[in-house]
Amino acid sequence: MSDSAPPKRSRRWMLYAPLGLAAAAGAGFYAMLQGLQDGSYNPRGVPSVLLGKPAPDFSLPALEGVGLPALASADLRGPLPGPALVNFWASWCAPCIIEHPQLMRLSREGVAVYGINYKDRIPEAGAFLQRHGNPYRRLGRDEPGRTAIDWGVYGVPETYLLDRQGMIRWRWAGPITADTLENELRPLLRRYA
Amino acid sequence: MKRWVFFCLLLALPAWGAVGDPNERLPDPAKEALAREIGRELRCLVCQNQSIEDSDAQLARDLRRLVRERVAAGEDQTAVIRFVHERYGDFVLLRPPVTAATMLLWATPILALGGGIAVIMFRRRRALAEAAALSPDEAKRLAELDRGAA
Repeated sequence: MSDSAPPKRSRRWMLYAPLGLAAAAGAGFYAMLQGLQDGSYNPRGVPSVLLGKPAPDFSLPALEGVGLPALASADLRGPLPGPALVNFWASWCAPCIIEHPQLMRLSREGVAVYGINYKDRIPEAGAFLQRHGNPYRRLGRDEPGRTAIDWGVYGVPETYLLDRQGMIRWRWAGPITADTLENELRPLLRRYA
Repeated sequence: MKRWVFFCLLLALPAWGAVGDPNERLPDPAKEALAREIGRELRCLVCQNQSIEDSDAQLARDLRRLVRERVAAGEDQTAVIRFVHERYGDFVLLRPPVTAATMLLWATPILALGGGIAVIMFRRRRALAEAAALSPDEAKRLAELDRGAA
């Protein structure tokens, strides 16, 4: 721009447009950073397509040697006596160990926790429950991982909350820490009680 | 020359590795090609910047097997991709569908091209305008040069 004459009025927006764009982008990034911090935004998170839908059809065998009944989708159809959790886990999964005390706590409080043992060996899975306790009412064994694919599971642990009608209301990918339990899960359990 | 070819082949070695376990492949080469094409459209959800064809994650292997089973059963590309999409949502598609949320993503090339054209047009117009307006000094100097050349 020649500096002798001030820019014409009609072109002034060209000066402010980049500024506005930068401000908008800045606000967007700020919101993303905030979301990353409080956990509401996860760029690597895969949103579940099952939210608001019943559990997909499946029927899994029991895990031998632990004395728990098997699990099938029929067990998760409403009306249920209360909200229920379906937890995908494996003995080889380290975050599952972190999560286990929270599941034990919920189970002691009377929340129905159902388990799906993912791609595991029978003796190891049994030993895991012996060592860390058993929070599950029923436990299905998904050795080929096909049921997990039907649920849209992409890693263990993963946990789903079903309301009394058997509709999936919440999915948590990763371990349920004490923090997750208090801040995310408890309010939902109250809401769907 | 021979050495050079060998070197190039050596460089291409990782690409051979990506083809995957030979006993995963379908016996029918046409169906295997279709399965591979489908697999390249699907994101591995564990190592998220790879397709399931390129990834060595357990889940990617399971999905590859699932794709091959459905292709072997005679399903076409749309049906297989729909099956996986119904379970994992838009995120699994490496080519995301055009929705309100992905509008900006898809529009970016057009916006960038339009912006570039706008900048070029603006500059050309300005260049023309400036060329038209010679200061009196410049006009005088130009006239002198003209006279000198004549």
